[in-house]
Amino acid sequence: MSLFVTELRRLGKRRVTRLMLVLLVLGLATVATAFSFSSEKLSPAAVAEAEAKANNDYQTAMTEWKRTIAECEAAAGRGENTEDRYGPNCGKDYQPQPDMFEAKWYLPYQFDFRAEFPLFIAVFAASVALFGFIVGASFVGAEWNTGGMMNLLLWRPKRLTVLGTKLAALLTTVFGLTVVLGALWTAAFWLIASQRGSTAKMTGGVWQSIGLDGLRALGMTLLVAAVGFALASLGRHTAMALGAAVGIFAVSEIGIRIAVAVLGVQFGDRYVLSTYAQSWFLKQAELFDYDTCQFSQGACEPATYMVTWQQSAVVFGVALVGALVAAFWTMRRRDIS
Amino acid sequence: MSAVLEIEGLRKTYRSRKRGVRHALDGFDMRVEAGQVHGFLGPNGSGKTTTLRTLLGLIRPNGGRMAILGQELPHALPAVAGQVGAIVESPQFFPHFSARDTLGLLAQAGELPRQRVDEVLELVGLRDRAGERVKTYSLGMKQRLAVASALLKNPKLLILDEPANGLDPGGIREMRGLMRDLSENGMTVVLSSHILGEIQLICDSVTIISLGRRVAFGPVEQVLAAHSQGSVRVRLEAVSDLSQAADALTRAGVRVATEPDHLMLSGVDKPATVSRLLAEQGLYVSELTPVAVDLESVFLELTATAPVPGQHRQVDQSAKVDQTGTAGGWGA
Ligand SMILES: Nc1ncnc2c1ncn2[C@@H]1O[C@H](COP(=O)(O)OP(=O)(O)OP(=O)(O)O)[C@@H](O)[C@H]1O
Ligand SMILES: [Mg+2]
Repeated sequence: MSLFVTELRRLGKRRVTRLMLVLLVLGLATVATAFSFSSEKLSPAAVAEAEAKANNDYQTAMTEWKRTIAECEAAAGRGENTEDRYGPNCGKDYQPQPDMFEAKWYLPYQFDFRAEFPLFIAVFAASVALFGFIVGASFVGAEWNTGGMMNLLLWRPKRLTVLGTKLAALLTTVFGLTVVLGALWTAAFWLIASQRGSTAKMTGGVWQSIGLDGLRALGMTLLVAAVGFALASLGRHTAMALGAAVGIFAVSEIGIRIAVAVLGVQFGDRYVLSTYAQSWFLKQAELFDYDTCQFSQGACEPATYMVTWQQSAVVFGVALVGALVAAFWTMRRRDIS
Repeated sequence: MSAVLEIEGLRKTYRSRKRGVRHALDGFDMRVEAGQVHGFLGPNGSGKTTTLRTLLGLIRPNGGRMAILGQELPHALPAVAGQVGAIVESPQFFPHFSARDTLGLLAQAGELPRQRVDEVLELVGLRDRAGERVKTYSLGMKQRLAVASALLKNPKLLILDEPANGLDPGGIREMRGLMRDLSENGMTVVLSSHILGEIQLICDSVTIISLGRRVAFGPVEQVLAAHSQGSVRVRLEAVSDLSQAADALTRAGVRVATEPDHLMLSGVDKPATVSRLLAEQGLYVSELTPVAVDLESVFLELTATAPVPGQHRQVDQSAKVDQTGTAGGWGA
């Protein structure tokens, strides 16, 4: 227990932790503030104005359409070729429809908490995860690098306990931060929605779904922090974790993308890590294969492949367990000098 | 007296794909009695730090037996760790923490009272600079911090790997006094150092290691006596005859070190035999003096690392003893 408290204190004392925390809070605050300006509460007058504008544009389009037909028919009467210029049948088939001029398209942007907040949960989780990765990697990496780990092991010669306690201290910190900052983040966007947007249709079910999104976000931040920690411990250097992260990103997002494209693998994106990140946050990710489209038969119905968040959980879980097992295994086995 | 530290037949082998195997420790033995200040000596790369690291559980031995305070290692290490304070070869500290923070975190991890931190800071003379970041410390200040961290738990066994590294003359003398105080209060100290004058002054006993094996051990006076007995300085009437004399003596089984204007012999029972042996070769002795040796010359002789004019000794060029050769007491 004393070791756990010590490690929490050590983590809190570190400059990297403090600096990254300031950057994280500033970054999140900036996003929320900037976003609050882009949303605008819709007054009845604004709605009426938008409706008028939509109707006006519809009328203009109709007039223009009729004028074009008249022009075309006149030209046809002179025996000119109208197919190239006006399309078949003088474009009579392209009559503007009212639903092409929906009033809401003419409205200024209004933040809809129910529909859009889940996306901002993902933004938040990604920011905290980045924080966790860097702080977690440097927490153990710098410790290895400067001999602090060796010093500590002279006091507590149980290697696995020491590494495990450090990891626990890190995860506790990331957990606490995610919960506290997540609550502030939700409050901020709720405020934006109620002041300058819409909080309509927020039923208990919606809140529950948002709660689940939050839980998955929390899981993601803890996972990324733990993986950063494990990689840095494996390489005994902070840079090792950052390098591995860049490497994994390059291989997955660029290398595999190119490889599957060259090999012509169907639904190649299911081998790309970001697909799983996406499906983790949005509950599912749908992949389309447009090669199966028969465009000649009109509208296209491409073949689809669904990646669910449960599949993401398996992929990330395997990665996490692999990294941790490797880190603890080498901690047990390798000489420290 | 009981042994605080026992090592028997310790082996550590480093394997690398390119350079093959290196036996850093090759059946090493060591024994330190309670309450002693014990010097741990050996040329560069002979295995001192490897021994201490193995003892402290930082590296895994390939064989042998170790015990601290009667408890078998590495099994009982967690149990005895609280009674062993150690610094291993210029330890490093997290550069952005102050000395007080560094020690405070260690004390907390070891469940020690906070005032102990200030006590040891006072002891090593860092009191007034304890709030500054370690990054800004000089070499000697870092070394003092290291000693402070080893003293923090008020250990029964204190292991110091080159603690004098970077200390100023005042600091070295202070360290000497500190060691003496500590051992008078019942602490056992193992001290690895290359400053043999210092070792001779403060140590009760020594272990000398060369190429991973023990070449000599025992109380300092005994090690010295064992090797000063047969030490004789020989001068000849003609300096040019020195090499011929060295050959003759070596053939007769005398250990010879050639100096520019004289020979140093060791393992000589009766000096008279030397003059007779040389006279038989037609060489005439102008001086034949038994010499009292200091630890440094014993060390150089035992480890065979005395500089030879015109040669550049490489590391790992030092005395190699047979596995059985160490069994017979002090000195091989
Ligand atoms: N990690 C390692 N890999 C390979 N060889 C090593 C390793 N660590 C030490 N050695 C080798 O083991 C031998 C003993 O090294 P050690 O550090 O114990 O020497 P030492 O007696 O402390 O020397 P010094 O007086 O220079 O501090 C050396 O030959 C060294 O090269
Ligand atoms: Mg050393």
